[in-house]
Amino acid sequence: MSSQYPSAVGAPRPRADGRLKVTGQARYAADHGPDDGVHDLTHAVLVDATVGRGRITAIDTRAALAVPDVLTVIHHRNAPRLTYRDNPFPDSINPPGERLRAFQDDRVRFFGQPVAVVVATTLEAAQHAARLVEVTYDAEPPALDLATAPVDEPVEYSRGDVRDALAAAPVRLDATYRMARNHHNAMEPHAIVARWDGDRLTVWEKTQWVTDPRNELAAAFGIPQGAVRCYSRFVGGAFGNGGRTWVHSVAAALAAREVGRPVKLVLTRRQLFFGVGFRPAYDYRVGMGSDRDGRVTALVHDIVGETSTYERHEDDLALARMLYDVPAVRQEVRLARLNVNTPTWMRGPGWSTAANALEMSLDELAHELGLDPLELRMRNEPADDPSTGQPFSTRRLRECYAAGAREIGWHRRRPDGTRDGDWLVGLGMAAGAYPTERAPAQAHVRLDAGGTAVVRSATSDIGPGTTTSMAQVAADALGLAPWAVEFRLGDSAMPPAPVQALAWTMASVGSAVQSACGDLRRTAVELATGDERSPLYGEDPAAVVVRRGWMHPRDDPRRGETYQQLLTRNGRTHLEVTGGYEPPEESAFSMYAYSAIFAEVGVDSRLGMVRVRRLVGVFDAGRIVNPMLAESQAFGGMTGGIGQALLERTVTDTRDGRIVNAGLVDYLVPVSADVPEIRAIYLDGSDAEANPIRVKGLGEVVQVGVAPAIANAVFNATGRRVRELPIAPEHLL
Amino acid sequence: METRPPRSRLTRRTFIAAASTTGTVVVAGAPGPTASGEEPARPPGPAAARGDGTTGRVTFTLNGRRTSLVVDNRTSLLDLLRERLDLTGTKKGCDAGACGACTVHVDGRRVNACLTLAVRLEGAEVTTIEGLARHGGLHPLQRAFVEQDALQCGFCTPGQIMSGVACIHEGHARSPDEIREWMSGNICRCGCYVNIVRAIGQAARGR
Repeated sequence: MSSQYPSAVGAPRPRADGRLKVTGQARYAADHGPDDGVHDLTHAVLVDATVGRGRITAIDTRAALAVPDVLTVIHHRNAPRLTYRDNPFPDSINPPGERLRAFQDDRVRFFGQPVAVVVATTLEAAQHAARLVEVTYDAEPPALDLATAPVDEPVEYSRGDVRDALAAAPVRLDATYRMARNHHNAMEPHAIVARWDGDRLTVWEKTQWVTDPRNELAAAFGIPQGAVRCYSRFVGGAFGNGGRTWVHSVAAALAAREVGRPVKLVLTRRQLFFGVGFRPAYDYRVGMGSDRDGRVTALVHDIVGETSTYERHEDDLALARMLYDVPAVRQEVRLARLNVNTPTWMRGPGWSTAANALEMSLDELAHELGLDPLELRMRNEPADDPSTGQPFSTRRLRECYAAGAREIGWHRRRPDGTRDGDWLVGLGMAAGAYPTERAPAQAHVRLDAGGTAVVRSATSDIGPGTTTSMAQVAADALGLAPWAVEFRLGDSAMPPAPVQALAWTMASVGSAVQSACGDLRRTAVELATGDERSPLYGEDPAAVVVRRGWMHPRDDPRRGETYQQLLTRNGRTHLEVTGGYEPPEESAFSMYAYSAIFAEVGVDSRLGMVRVRRLVGVFDAGRIVNPMLAESQAFGGMTGGIGQALLERTVTDTRDGRIVNAGLVDYLVPVSADVPEIRAIYLDGSDAEANPIRVKGLGEVVQVGVAPAIANAVFNATGRRVRELPIAPEHLL
Repeated sequence: METRPPRSRLTRRTFIAAASTTGTVVVAGAPGPTASGEEPARPPGPAAARGDGTTGRVTFTLNGRRTSLVVDNRTSLLDLLRERLDLTGTKKGCDAGACGACTVHVDGRRVNACLTLAVRLEGAEVTTIEGLARHGGLHPLQRAFVEQDALQCGFCTPGQIMSGVACIHEGHARSPDEIREWMSGNICRCGCYVNIVRAIGQAARGR
């Protein structure tokens, strides 16, 4: 129940921490030092395996230890045995399997695996000494090829009779799409500062979830979760890679314990390609049957994706089950066991991968049928969720299509593209969806007698502007101006919140914040209506609203008092409430956010170079808490989609598993010159079924469908169907 | 008394070679405790006392203050700022000159601090994000970044702003296309380019 005036939610408020970020005062993990009580800081540098699989037979540290200022070199021969309690989901987001441990055995599972750590009093000495550590290996040939590596038993999904439906279909399509491995490459490298005080460990860690390092480090060292404190107020981007706690964090804490001084460990850009996760590569085969009017009757998805030899990372690839009204669907997902680090979530996890294949194949079908790709999608739009039979809470994909088509000028599209000088110009589109997820969360709010409030929850702000948007939610629930509310996050001692991922932070933490702040407002109002000295004495509390800190009967805005007056008169320094959100176990509705992406590309007819000329995204994401921040998120997701479509791929040396383009010079991410004017449109609306905030989540869906829209535009421009992402000039020459 | 360094015409590449030839900078009103040598409050570089030719004394102007200290010859300007002077606003994104997160101004030009050896800064004038605006105010481009929401995680932001200020001064901010081209050395993985271009355009027009 909200009797409050919504005024802050929906407003395009600039970031609350914008000033800190533009002046360089925002402190990220590696920025912590003396001002945070970290004294006598030492520096740790990892030594990485130079073979892709095998055993370590010898480690010679003499030259490294002879470097002045070096304190120690830790490796599996001298490292203490660590407890490594099991720490499965939901205490962590470690995937099933046996996780990589810091220097606990002689086995090399992938090229670049940390095999030793050098600690020195200066960074320069540690870097130099790390190069002097000589490791000898008994190397074995690593498994690196998706097509030939051993695969796990498939995970299967099936509805209807695919074989009959395919046999009966007058139009059939069979195509395999290959998607390259992508690395997150957040601008902030993974970094940790670790300090022990007796048996208590404090870390300043780059993470999307302060709870995860706390639990994983406690498990590794065999200490209570409460003995670890994790801070992470500012995070320099993560895109999924800061969800779980990687082995280098344990290595840093171990190093700190061994040298008896705080340790800072920052992965190099090169190490980020080996030492943390990535979006797995996929071979994604689509079989499709359709009638001549473009009604898809059968869909077969045979998928092979990457995982490591020791853990099973599984992306959620369910898009093809629910996006279109297809009676017969069969899906088999196999994971190949490779000598790689374990993959992890990356923006739009699974759903963007599935959209790449599904939406490119639909474009192929449209071409085969001579049908407008937009019209083909309209003809397959379901009334209810075909995978569950449930009604959609809200599904406004048709409106997305209409708005996007209008904005890009879809009517200008010609089946064979157009020409602009040397440039072949094409238009393409694609759809996408991402599930509306929710998780339990808690928040604490304290209203001070001065009339300002502080709200806290152990969530993160990896870039969406959580600090700002949560303050807006709190402000409306409390009846305060947004400037009077401060939202704090990034401390594992705060009330628990889920990992900032899956686009569920506003749905989950936002709902907890709204609940706690609403409870506090009602507490204050009841205090006033029960107080003989209050102008609100005797009023029905349910009929009292609060605006800008002024409590008054809804129908009499002039009679009332402020929070300050109430608290001061009652001798209260503050009021505080801890509230929470517990999502229902099940819902009667199918809940998703949707995207419709439209792209205009130019392809240089002689060079094969692809330029995105215009990009339009229309999103059905429920209520938008802050349109300014939401627009920025869409720009970001769509820019990431440009990378997926045209630039980003990891290239592995198949002899030893070395990633040969492990750096920002060779692994290309979009730069300013790659990104045109982007238009992002959110449909007005809200989803009452989704959660108390009525949002559907937007951080993931903004990247789903972007890459295939661009790929489909390339086809429209050139007539060349490239079934590989990223599309490179050599594909088009 | 104030002595300005000679106006140099340095490129990113020639800077390292040329820096040691410029004159010593003394800024009036900022003799400060650093004039005598080591930063007292920060951990000294342990290599400082070695005297074996692996260290060197360097005196330069940092955000308007004369700074003189002994550095390990291997130390980059970026590591000097971050690890010894606690000026952590300048970020390390790649340590290889490929991302621009460490962009600072040396003698008024934008350079990658990760590619600049500290020991070669003799006499140079260095400005970091912490020294861009004085007296607690905001530079017009800092304000434009907030107003245009030209940042998300904020990690590349100091480098974007230092680069953007130089881009405007260079006269390379006359159109969105020109800004895109001349700002492409600064990666923003959150994908704020659309708003960064707008912010730089806004600040450039406001000059």
